[in-house]
Amino acid sequence: MSLDCGVFHTRYEADMGLRPRPLQRLRLGMLALFVLGFPFVASAYWLDLANQVAIATVGAIGLNILVGYTGQISLGQGAFMAIGAYTAGLLTLNFGVPWGASVFAACLLTAAAGTFFGLPSLRLKGLYLAIATLAAQEIVEWGMTNWTAVTGGTEAIVVPAPVLFGVRMNTNFNFYWIAVLAAAGTALFAANLMRSRIGRAFEAVRDQDIAASVIGVDVFRTKLLAFATSSFFVGLAGAMIAFHRNIITWERFTLSTSIVFLAMIIVGGLGSIRGSFLGAALITLLPAMITNVGRAIQDTAPQAASLLPYAQQAVFGIVIILFLIFEPRGLSKLWENAKDYFHVWPFAYRRGERRAA
Amino acid sequence: MDIFLQLTVSGLSTGMIYALAAAGFVVIYKASDVINFAQGDLLLLGTYLIFFGVAQVGLPWSLGVGLTLLLAVAVALAIERLVLRPLVGEPIISMIMVTIGLSSVLRGVTGAIWGPSPRSFDSFLPAGDIVLGPATLSMARVLSIPIALAVLAGLGLFFRYARDGIAMRAIADDQQAALSMGISIPRVFGVAWGLAAVSAALGGIMLAGIVGVSPNVASIGLRVFPVVILGGLDSIAGAILGGAIIGLLEVYVGFYVGHGLNLVVPYVVLVLMLMVRPYGLFGKEVIERV
Repeated sequence: MSLDCGVFHTRYEADMGLRPRPLQRLRLGMLALFVLGFPFVASAYWLDLANQVAIATVGAIGLNILVGYTGQISLGQGAFMAIGAYTAGLLTLNFGVPWGASVFAACLLTAAAGTFFGLPSLRLKGLYLAIATLAAQEIVEWGMTNWTAVTGGTEAIVVPAPVLFGVRMNTNFNFYWIAVLAAAGTALFAANLMRSRIGRAFEAVRDQDIAASVIGVDVFRTKLLAFATSSFFVGLAGAMIAFHRNIITWERFTLSTSIVFLAMIIVGGLGSIRGSFLGAALITLLPAMITNVGRAIQDTAPQAASLLPYAQQAVFGIVIILFLIFEPRGLSKLWENAKDYFHVWPFAYRRGERRAA
Repeated sequence: MDIFLQLTVSGLSTGMIYALAAAGFVVIYKASDVINFAQGDLLLLGTYLIFFGVAQVGLPWSLGVGLTLLLAVAVALAIERLVLRPLVGEPIISMIMVTIGLSSVLRGVTGAIWGPSPRSFDSFLPAGDIVLGPATLSMARVLSIPIALAVLAGLGLFFRYARDGIAMRAIADDQQAALSMGISIPRVFGVAWGLAAVSAALGGIMLAGIVGVSPNVASIGLRVFPVVILGGLDSIAGAILGGAIIGLLEVYVGFYVGHGLNLVVPYVVLVLMLMVRPYGLFGKEVIERV
């Protein structure tokens, strides 16, 4: 037995605040400064990566709402992103809808599609639901490549660049602000959602659905709501992909996309907003880092270039496996551990252990 | 009619390879409740190992098959011991993701060793054709059907009569009761992975004989899901029947309907099956419903 140490709030405002402690505010401020200053110093290469990370963060938070918070496994992320991307792109391209409106329409339509695919969750659980979403993914993928009249089949669709206040937003520097705004907005919304009645209901359904229904949570409705909320943001991520590159190709929305996003939330931490961001960053940057290493050793080992894609694939798998075995709660937990270490230094208390006891 | 016969043989032989992959999946699921997304990659490993043994080292066929089985079992045992044992009792999402990770690693490693291009070599299955009335059937495809059936029957008999097979069924039934009867669970898990590897490797060897060696073989791993859901997740007989149905459905739809529908039709069947009879044709009716 040890005395609890750490932070104890004495005011309700502090207890309910998202970032009540001065140190937390300081860290948030530093992060905001970094995010605001980054595009002015970063090279085009890094800006592009940053945009990809921001888009992936939106998608990962969306997926985490469903998988991490509500416990419904989905292998259909790629399909939902495809619905978002194609809706946004085609509305703007064919009907001249302003890009903001078409992005919003894409989010709503994806949410509707997500709700529809969530219907089996009424009857199916765990692995059966996973397999059902796998089938949904394959069927949407087929529709994407074969419904030529609408999606253009395997041909790429070129989407007009988004324009804001007369400025074309298709450069990486300009798009960065949209992407960061979307990522921050999504994170803030999700963080607040999880503190609300609905968010608590999500977690109750995940932890023990029967108990949840006993205390008055409508399990089916909650699950559908989780599918809808999650798909809304996944659709947003898809629409952002369409406007980031100004091009839509079906290869970006395959089963491997679903797997990559699942890997992000596993590596980052299930049921954690911070984890969604950290995982999105790691999984997005990992292939780029491996490519860089490959380039660096190209002179000494010329055959390395041909091995790069395989190295990326193998390392991707190894990272997933290592996290699952050694830190199933992901990067988010590692970050907490590091914080706790300094927080209570020089003592060895860990807040996590108190919870486990 | 001759086209129909050719399609049927081709569909059945593909279906039997699906069944071999699915049987490995079923064995692992039965014993340890793990959903193996890496089953297709075990198949892929089988095709590359036989290619390595026969075409690259120059072993005779019998030795090549032996070497393939040996190496495949070694890999499977290593996977079970190093990756899956630490995760016993973890939630389903971890199990799914860890086998997806494994699949990625296996694909990366085989790709790094053997490269992206398809390879071909002299098959051990006789190359000729059988002329049956108006139909011309490929000998290799015709022969692969009884071979696969024999292997699957062997697996079925193993479950029924062998000590480890019975132990596996006991564990599937009730893990704690099995433990208290002195059954070693780690041993049974190891046997399950070994058997799955053997079944997948044999499927891979036959695939190498019929269509050659290429990285695309791994995509069969996803075809396993319609097969096992159709047949029942915990039934070998279901895997055989499910494999045959999916294999036939693919070639019939591919030929008579077209439009690439053959790629998606197994998943439509899967969805319908999940709605009507989620435990499959032969599965136990204990699926957890909400």
